[in-house]
Amino acid sequence: MKLDRLDAAHPGFHRAEAETGERVRQLLAVNGRKSVDAFHRELGGLLWDRCGMSRNAPGLQAAVEQICGLREEFWRDVYVGGKGEDLNQVLEHAGRVADFLEFAELMCHDALRREESCGCHFREEYQTPEGEAQRDDARFSYVAAWEYAGPGKPPVLHPEPLEFEAVHPAQRSYK
Amino acid sequence: MNLTLHVWRQAAPADRGRFARYDVADVTPDMSFLEVLDVLNQQLIARREEPIAFDHDCREGICGACGMVINGRPHGPARATTACQLHMRHFPDGAELWIEPWRARAFPVLKDLVVDRSAFDRIIQAGGFITARTGSAPEANAILVPKRDADLAMDAAACIGCGACVAACPNASAMLFVAAKASHLGLLPQGQPERLTRVVNMVAQMDAEGFGACTNHGECMAACPKEISIDFIARLNRDYLKATLVPRPPVKEFTGAA
Repeated sequence: MKLDRLDAAHPGFHRAEAETGERVRQLLAVNGRKSVDAFHRELGGLLWDRCGMSRNAPGLQAAVEQICGLREEFWRDVYVGGKGEDLNQVLEHAGRVADFLEFAELMCHDALRREESCGCHFREEYQTPEGEAQRDDARFSYVAAWEYAGPGKPPVLHPEPLEFEAVHPAQRSYK
Repeated sequence: MNLTLHVWRQAAPADRGRFARYDVADVTPDMSFLEVLDVLNQQLIARREEPIAFDHDCREGICGACGMVINGRPHGPARATTACQLHMRHFPDGAELWIEPWRARAFPVLKDLVVDRSAFDRIIQAGGFITARTGSAPEANAILVPKRDADLAMDAAACIGCGACVAACPNASAMLFVAAKASHLGLLPQGQPERLTRVVNMVAQMDAEGFGACTNHGECMAACPKEISIDFIARLNRDYLKATLVPRPPVKEFTGAA
C-alpha cells in the first residue's frame, strides 16, 4: 500500500496537536496536592497486590473499583507544576501515569475475564487438586485486542482463536 | 547518610545557570546516585519548587541515557560505572558533592543536568551502518569471523553512547565515541564495504558538530563506563589516513536514511 507523504499541514496533525495541548493544559490546571510519583506508587502497589502473579476474582473486582477511584482522585488532586512549554519531566511522568491508570483497569478486566490459570499467571480459583495451574483451552485459546470505547464505557474484546495443528497445549506436569 | 549537594540549575538553554545548594537527609548507602536525586526531587515537589531535570532510563548501566559530572568526574568516582549504578556507599557520610551536566559546545544544556546529545545521533546517521540484504537471514556460518576480531568488535560495541568521553576530554572531543562506533563495524567482514567512507563521513560530521580534536590525554578512556580503549582511536586514525592519503574517485555513495 502506498501512503501519502504527511506534513504538519495535515488535518490529522492539527487534531493530534490540539488534543495533546488540551491534555497538557488539563494536567497542569488540576494543581492539586498529591504528587505524580505518589499516584504512580499507589497504583503500582495496588497492581502488585491484586493483579500480580497470583490473583482471584474478588481481588480483581476490588482492584477495578480502587483504580477507578484513584483515577478520579488523580484528575481532581494531582500536582504537576512547571509549564507546558518547557522541558517538564514531571509533566511527562503525569501523562504516562494518566495512561497507566486507564491501562491498569483494562488489565484487571482482562485478568477477570480469563477464568483459567495460564502460564505464570495463577488464578487461585482455577487450580488442579495438586495446586498446579488449571488451563481451560476450550474457552480461552485465543489472542485478543481490547478496543477503547471511550471514557466510562466498557472496553470491547476482539478475540482471534488460536489453532494448534502439530503441537497442542497441555496441562503442565513436572512428574 | 546526610549529603550536601551543589546542583547545576539552568532553566533553559539561554539561561546562565548557577549552583544551588541542597541538604539531603536520610540517604541510605544502597541508594543509587539517581535515587538520591529522586528523593531530593520529591522533597522539592512537596515544597512546590521545580525538581531537578536529569536524564535516566534503564538504571542498570546499559542504555547510556544518564550522565552527570560528579565532583569533576563524569559518572562520578567509581571505575567503569554509570551514574545510575553508582551507589552511595562509595561516599562518606556528610559528603559535599558538586553535580554538573556534561560540558561541551556540541552538547548544549537543555535544562539543569539534561544536555542535547543529538550530535551523536547525527554522527551515527553519517556512517554507523552497514549495507545488508534484508528479507532473509543469511546462513550463520557463511561468513567466518575470527574469534579475536569478534571479541575486539564486541569491546568497541560496548559503547553505550553516554557522552562521558566528551565530558571528560579537555578538548570536548568525541573521538572515543566515533572510534568505538567505526571500529565495531570496521572490524567485522560485514562492515568492510563502507569501511573507509564510514570513517571519513563520521569524522566530518563530528567536526561539523563542533567537537574538539584529540590530543591523546586519555581522560576519555578513564571516564568511560564501558572502559573502551583509546586503541580504537589509533584504529580510526589509521583508517582515516588510508581513506584520505590516496583519495578514490568520487562515486555515488549511500549515505544513510534521508
